[in-house]
Amino acid sequence: MTFSSKSETMIEFRDVHKYYGEYHALRGINASIKAGEFFSLLGPSGCGKTTLLRTVAGFEGISSGAVMVDGRDMADVPPNHRPTNMVFQSYAIFPHLTVEENVGFGLRKDPRSKEEKAREVGKTLELVGLTGFGKRAAHALSGGQRQRVALARALILKPKVLLLDEPLSALDKKIREQMQVELIKLQREVGITFVLVTHDQEEALVMSDRIAVMFDGEIAQMDEPERLYRKPASQRVANFIGTMNFLPTRILSDGARVATEVQGLGLVEVDASQVSGAATAGQPVVGFRPETLTILYEGQQATDREAWATVREVVYYGDMTYYDVVIDGTDRELRLSMRNVFGRPVLDIGTRTRVGWSPGALVLFR
Amino acid sequence: MTNPNRTRLWRSEGASGLTLISPPLIYAVLMLAAPLATMAVYSVFTDGYLTIEPILTAQNYIDTWTDVLYRSVMLRSLLVSVFVTAATVILAYPVAYFVSFNVDPSKKSMWLFLITIPFWTSYLIRVFMWKVILGYNGVINSGLKALHIIDQPLGWLNYNVGAMVLTLAHAYAPFAILPIYVALEKIDRSLMEAGQDLGETRWTTFLRVTLPLSMPGVIAAVLIVFIPTIGDYVTPNLIGGGKIPMIANAIEKLMLKADNKPLGSAIAISAMLIVGLVSVLFLFLNRRFMRGQR
Repeated sequence: MTFSSKSETMIEFRDVHKYYGEYHALRGINASIKAGEFFSLLGPSGCGKTTLLRTVAGFEGISSGAVMVDGRDMADVPPNHRPTNMVFQSYAIFPHLTVEENVGFGLRKDPRSKEEKAREVGKTLELVGLTGFGKRAAHALSGGQRQRVALARALILKPKVLLLDEPLSALDKKIREQMQVELIKLQREVGITFVLVTHDQEEALVMSDRIAVMFDGEIAQMDEPERLYRKPASQRVANFIGTMNFLPTRILSDGARVATEVQGLGLVEVDASQVSGAATAGQPVVGFRPETLTILYEGQQATDREAWATVREVVYYGDMTYYDVVIDGTDRELRLSMRNVFGRPVLDIGTRTRVGWSPGALVLFR
Repeated sequence: MTNPNRTRLWRSEGASGLTLISPPLIYAVLMLAAPLATMAVYSVFTDGYLTIEPILTAQNYIDTWTDVLYRSVMLRSLLVSVFVTAATVILAYPVAYFVSFNVDPSKKSMWLFLITIPFWTSYLIRVFMWKVILGYNGVINSGLKALHIIDQPLGWLNYNVGAMVLTLAHAYAPFAILPIYVALEKIDRSLMEAGQDLGETRWTTFLRVTLPLSMPGVIAAVLIVFIPTIGDYVTPNLIGGGKIPMIANAIEKLMLKADNKPLGSAIAISAMLIVGLVSVLFLFLNRRFMRGQR
């Protein structure tokens, strides 16, 4: 593994199916995860993301297909012989052992001397920022510290793949955000392939090199965070990742430029590259993110196009304000976000205002 | 209402707590504490002819600990209960493990219910059942004779320590299964996965994770079986045929037939101390295993 480069495939799912009796939990998963990549499986609960992760760890068998790790079919490899280690959602810290004993748990068969192992444990504790905690009883740790013990316990074995099953979901917001950054740094430092399962889209966007969005046992989209956010493959993905506004539309002509008539916005031409997958209801819609709409204050010119709207709701966040507005001629509230810059007043409910928008920021779902 | 102090006393938490526990408290004082105290007093008095002389003496205890007869009976009692405890716990553990890990959660309560069914039969009858099975003309002997495998009944089936261990182990099995089951139920299942994930097989994971975490249950089972077995009176009488007495039989004989209540009391108190000592030892062990568990 001295020459692992980012292009090398570490994990490959080949048409993986999984049935629980009648229930079809995984419906033909095809994906490959590169060595050294921070990969996330993102989806609502019950979408199969944890099941998929557990097929890599070996805790879950598959009904058909193949799971390959580092070029090797894992079909007959039990969990204790796989080159993977897992950070469990509950952390699964052994309550009868100390922090040290937990971290060194997997070193039993390691041929090194006791002293060398102890040094390794110390080094790994330092890596996760738990120096000096070695003698503590595991139950006397906070959630964040347990999380670190679980990480250290897995990383000390130098796995090829580290599997993380919703590792941050039990932590409160502040510690969670701090751990997100630490995990990214840690992953860069150790260079191990990380596969993270999460239902938190923000967490996935922040941490991952690539994200697979899963619904109902299938991968709906697999992309880099930015592409996933900018151009969701379907209206369902768009709804799951962040906030997106939708307006019904009618397609007038097809081709390299697609002409549509959008409710309230009028005639819009979009590039073929802005056309994406299925609209949920079957009827075409255009989608746009809150930050692509701007409130135009007195004297401000729209960079592209503008429309009149009424403010229906104001949600003040400190650094940001979210407005729910209704553009004249439409029948639904659209969310837009404005950064609160000095000297820019927060509008009141009921204010009539112009909003600026740009056809280039739209995504057409058809 | 005329005396505010009395009202306050009556309403105080301590008083209402005392009211709540008073029926069992009175019962415990009369039926347990008072007899125990009597025995403790008897044990340092001198035995007279049909009377107990209030003359302080240590002779009863000296006899208890030096007389070969009582020492060997005490040792036998200890040995039988160690065997019974070991057999019971070793047999109970797999059953508890099976119910906890292999039985469908919706069927667990049914399994526990089935396990307690032996308790529906009186302890005496269950012991007697083994006499019927193992006896000289019992089920096994007459069955083997009918099949012409043996001509004479096997004498060694009954009236020995082995038969007593078998009987007692059978009688106490559910007592051992339940605490072990409870301890196993409390173990987070992801810990077993973590064990395997960190390179251990199912078996070594069991040894390094499941077994140590279930030790509080095992120790509870040990105490629950050990304490009553050591003082068992019925089984040595019925299965042992009175020929291989345990400590309770010796005490009974001294108290009633031999009319030597002071010596009987001294033996009883000594036996209690031994059991107490063993229990305390196990409780300390338990505290070690309880480390890190809530």
